[in-house]
Amino acid sequence: MIGKQRNGVDASGYPLRKEGLRKRPRVNEVIIQSVLFFAGFFSIFTTLGIVYELGKEALLFFRTPEVNLWNFLTGTSWQPHINQFGILPLVTSTFITSAIAMTIAIPLGLAAAVYLSEYATEKVRKTLKPILEVLAGIPTIVYGYFALMFVTPLLRSIFGRDVVEIYNMASGGLVMGVLILPLVASMSEDALNAVPRALREAAYGLGATKLEVALKVVFPAALSGIAAAIIVGISRAVGETMIVAVAVGAGPNFTFNPFRGAETMTGHIVRMSGGDLSYDSIDYNSIFAIGLVLFFITLTLNIISQRIVRRFREVYE
Amino acid sequence: MDTLDNNRYVIQARNLGIYYGDFKAVTDVNMDIERNKITAIIGPSGCGKSTLLRAFNRMNELVPGSRAEGQVFFDGEDLYAKGVDPVEVRHRIGMVFQKPNPFPKSIYENIAWGARIHGYRGNMDELVERSLRQAALWDEVKDILHRSGLALSGGQQQRLCIARAIAVQPEVILMDEPASALDPIATLKIEELMQDLKKDYTIVIVTHNMQQAARVSDYTAMMMLVNDGSRSGTVIEFGETTKIFTRPSDKRTEDYVTGRFG
Repeated sequence: MIGKQRNGVDASGYPLRKEGLRKRPRVNEVIIQSVLFFAGFFSIFTTLGIVYELGKEALLFFRTPEVNLWNFLTGTSWQPHINQFGILPLVTSTFITSAIAMTIAIPLGLAAAVYLSEYATEKVRKTLKPILEVLAGIPTIVYGYFALMFVTPLLRSIFGRDVVEIYNMASGGLVMGVLILPLVASMSEDALNAVPRALREAAYGLGATKLEVALKVVFPAALSGIAAAIIVGISRAVGETMIVAVAVGAGPNFTFNPFRGAETMTGHIVRMSGGDLSYDSIDYNSIFAIGLVLFFITLTLNIISQRIVRRFREVYE
Repeated sequence: MDTLDNNRYVIQARNLGIYYGDFKAVTDVNMDIERNKITAIIGPSGCGKSTLLRAFNRMNELVPGSRAEGQVFFDGEDLYAKGVDPVEVRHRIGMVFQKPNPFPKSIYENIAWGARIHGYRGNMDELVERSLRQAALWDEVKDILHRSGLALSGGQQQRLCIARAIAVQPEVILMDEPASALDPIATLKIEELMQDLKKDYTIVIVTHNMQQAARVSDYTAMMMLVNDGSRSGTVIEFGETTKIFTRPSDKRTEDYVTGRFG
């Protein structure tokens, strides 16, 4: 059509030119920006809320005359009914179960990641990785009963019934390791896969073997991602609740013997809150204090590992 | 061309073809690469120059589904014969890539890495210095050997990659458009370096840049797609660089080197 058309469109099909080059407000941009900002802020806000709630209740606990902070942090007996609040038995069992879990999850997870990323063919990788990730999707209560009904009897038949208690840290820790393994494997595999092909080619071009390329070039280059995977794994182990609640035991026990029953921090929290505790009782408030310690443990782990990663990682871009 | 002379020629390709899956990328290449000379491979984009280059040290095998037919004799031994270890092949025939790809390690470690994996027992400091000197990089980096290789400029990174290749003492260095990501001054340095290196090594270089081929090489191979719709490339003319650029015998070579197309 010739000449000016209706609806403010010119002959070329574009809207009529506006006068001048002045900036006009773009409403879409403003809306999108605020939505994106809110999405980012949401998790920060939630974290702050959690810290506030934990802190408030924990403060009530520390204010009660029966409690003092030093005894709380160094006491080796946790018996709320006789007002003994020493958190160490809960902390040690948390660390022991997590350590057992990570001795399974780190080596096997990393080995699986190196296999998937450097050795498996594309087809194998595309089949195995989703299967691995399904493992991480099994409800942890199922893992808990797997530990209790399968791993514990197995341990007892190997090491003897008088050595291994029915509820014990070893079986919970081992199964927790199996739970965390796919997480470590999958995240590490992503990190290894993100290492540029050019670096692998450089190494192959020097006459390196597959193993040398994987371990001496790709692995160090992916270290920061791998460390992140391990940190997430440890945090997961420290915070894991259902498996330890089912298989590790139901009573604080200050012991370093993995074949004995004990109670982790999370396990204790879930058991206490499952019973009928009255609000504002000292027992009730104590679980928030445990929660706060748990929070600081994971926070410290994160900070330390970030430092380590910053020192050792190889930036490849 | 049919006789093997591994005194004069370090690499001799016979009826070489390379496939990616069902696609034949390079077909029927016969060429002899002379010792201590620079051989350039030129041709339009997508005609298989890099593929051919990578067939000379079995780098193509890293691409799933690729395979080769024919023979490539290296010092008289077929690289594709049964029982030949590609790791050993790449130790003897090194490679420098289009984009500088130093390891994310220190300058020193970049050089030492290859030496270590090959069990070098000599003095590592000496080897690092010698390699960097040969790559004309020593004076620029001698005080910052423990800084990351990635902190260097693009041209320096590429010379670091050349030094890294030299350090494992290969016989041949394959260069896949080593200067295409560099500015003219860095390019000139690489070209001068190649002239120095040919005293000790044989160099095969793929280049887009015909002036570069004319400047640096002793022999030139002209590649082009085969004219049968198959999309595979082959060497259509191979000879002394001066002849290829002044009196090419193939019309297509003449059109290409005079800039009529490509």
